[in-house]
Amino acid sequence: MLKELRPALVMTAALTVVTGLVYPLSVTGIAQGLFPHQAQGSLIERGGAVIGSERIGQPFTGARYFQPRPSATGGPDPADPSKTVSQPYNAANSGGSNLGPTSKALVERVQAEAERLKAENPGVPVPVELVTASGSGLDPDLSPAAADFQVPRVAKARGMTEAAVRQVAAANTTPRALGFLGEPTVNVLRLNLALDKAAGGR
Amino acid sequence: MTVNGWIQILVFIALVVAVTRPLGGFMTGVFNGGRNLLSPVFGPVERGLYRIAGVDAKAEQHWVTYAVSMLLFSVAGMVLLYVLQRLQGVLPLNPQDMAAVPADLAFNTAASFVANTNWQSYGGESTMGHLVQMAGLTVQNFVSAATGIALAVALVRGFARASARTVGNFWVDLTRATLYVLLPLAFLIALFLVWQGVPQTLAGAVDATTLEGAKQTISLGPVASQEAIKMLGTNGGGFFNANSAHPFENPNALTNLVQMLAIFAIGAGLTNVFGRMVGDERQGWAILAAMGVLFVAGAAVCYWAEAQGNPAFAAFGVDGLAGNMEGKETRFGVAASALFAVVTTAASCGAVNAMHDSFMPLGGMVPMINMMLGEVIIGGVGAGLYGMLMFAIVALFVAGLMVGRTPEYLGKKLEAKEVKMTMLAVLCLPVMMLGWTAFAVVTDTGTASMANAGPHGYSEALYAYVSAAANNGSAFAGLSANTLWYNLTLAVAMLVGRFLVIVPMLAIAGSLAAKARAPASAGTFPTHDGLFVGLLVGVILIVGGLTFFPALALGPIVEHLAMSAGTLF
Repeated sequence: MLKELRPALVMTAALTVVTGLVYPLSVTGIAQGLFPHQAQGSLIERGGAVIGSERIGQPFTGARYFQPRPSATGGPDPADPSKTVSQPYNAANSGGSNLGPTSKALVERVQAEAERLKAENPGVPVPVELVTASGSGLDPDLSPAAADFQVPRVAKARGMTEAAVRQVAAANTTPRALGFLGEPTVNVLRLNLALDKAAGGR
Repeated sequence: MTVNGWIQILVFIALVVAVTRPLGGFMTGVFNGGRNLLSPVFGPVERGLYRIAGVDAKAEQHWVTYAVSMLLFSVAGMVLLYVLQRLQGVLPLNPQDMAAVPADLAFNTAASFVANTNWQSYGGESTMGHLVQMAGLTVQNFVSAATGIALAVALVRGFARASARTVGNFWVDLTRATLYVLLPLAFLIALFLVWQGVPQTLAGAVDATTLEGAKQTISLGPVASQEAIKMLGTNGGGFFNANSAHPFENPNALTNLVQMLAIFAIGAGLTNVFGRMVGDERQGWAILAAMGVLFVAGAAVCYWAEAQGNPAFAAFGVDGLAGNMEGKETRFGVAASALFAVVTTAASCGAVNAMHDSFMPLGGMVPMINMMLGEVIIGGVGAGLYGMLMFAIVALFVAGLMVGRTPEYLGKKLEAKEVKMTMLAVLCLPVMMLGWTAFAVVTDTGTASMANAGPHGYSEALYAYVSAAANNGSAFAGLSANTLWYNLTLAVAMLVGRFLVIVPMLAIAGSLAAKARAPASAGTFPTHDGLFVGLLVGVILIVGGLTFFPALALGPIVEHLAMSAGTLF
């Protein structure tokens, strides 16, 4: 039995080198050479400063921007780091609400959110994506319906026609992958950047 | 449910069937020891590893030596992973200056990754530095998977050989599975993932100033290299807390399809290895067919449940057309999320692309049932095949009782020893799953960690122990599992669920290999046709139903009834 001790120790060490160092480091090297933009996090820069990643949602709150889905991420309380407080779109601490379908907290949160949105665009049903938190808390996308719901508010805040806003949204809509995988999406950050650009590069 | 949703499910199934035979053929060659198209690249590495480890690649092992080798290797890996976590504060490649992982959490994580469970009581981006992610977690992703493949192959050799004393050499199987099967596939998948938007960098987090002027810290790291083997090795431990729901782990619906395919590929291929090694590929297809029946049933129920959406929202003027989107990502929608949930629990993967805790009651019950059945549908790399072969032994034993004849499988008589060992393995799972859950729900320590009230809180604890014992690793993640109680009890469940299944399984392999082959006669029950598939599926459902229905009735089933009646907790 002791005969097997040497291979156990040597294999553990050797396979750690092969699969834990050689493999990830060579993938890193090739990835940085072939796909540097993606490998570094698909970052978007404007005027030399990083304004975010095209894959990661941002907590837009202003009326002139399309707003993302609710996010359940949290982070340490700035006043007392031992406590956790709500910090939507905290890209250093991903996660969902983990509230079950019969949770009172979930239903009350959805109700409050739905009422806020109905006041903004009365008479139109609220798409369920706009009142539910994503699994990552960092969902970069809206469904086309969820973007469409916000068009009247954005158009009014920007002094644009609804048709013009809708056109920018359509131009930033990605169809299903290969035509049938997943769902069509609108990337919120790219859409908002396009709107700023249309308004004169502010 | 939509036509498009069903097309996604059917295309996925077709792709799995399409890769089964090519992968099976390749792996059969690898484990029969011959040269293959990768030998020019990895042959020298392989021989070098044997030389420094003092392994004689031609010397085969008795099943006891095979088991001892596997156990020593697992212990060594567990110690190394524990030490790496405890020392990460003083080791390099830690750009975010992560502190040492606390002892109970480090023990839980070491047990979890060595047992191919990848239960995570921690959030990846807030706990583990790059060195632990690479040299600790990624390594176990490879070798715990390679160990699983090796064990499945050893059992298959038990069926394939007659009057033999040995079942193979663990060190050779481990090395060849790692070098020829896992490494090359993981390499290709990792590069594909980077192309599609998964980061791969040694740098730390980036601070961005958002369009509205807020500060956003974006965690980064060597994600793609870990993501690829996390799927392929059915490990499931995410680089990030949100796992494959995180846009950096799973950026679009195409990567989502590739990830699901990677979860199933090797497990499906192993059914073909089984068929080829016993000299009749139909035997492998029969096993895969039984898996397929259970898989399609689970996918249909889960997709249906999630497509319904939450009935409580309709009163607020919410258009629920998109289904139950709480905890789901826009780019996947309910169909690809429900399918992923069924795939990840049919295999012992445990990666998630949506939060199972927020699934509808019956939608969340399907993953639980998949794990309770021992993940025999495809299973983990290796684990599914040997789990399914054990159920095949039970099924044939039952059939033998019905006609009063000693059961046989592939010419091997199944006698008291095989059936006893099978029952030991089959019974240790419910003891861990139900026993610990019972403790958790009656103690304050156990209930204090539950995030949801009512039956859903109980479901969180049940899901945790089911996932741990089945070596899955997915969670109803609302449960605050990073407590002394949960870290220790879940670690015990994971270790028992892994090693008390595979040691009896190796005993069966050794015992079968030693038997002479009985020639088939007119009275032999054929094990490659529809009758056998039906019997096998029936036995799995009856054993699973008798064991777990009461536990399910107290959780998801009662929650579904409460939801239909409009009750909230």
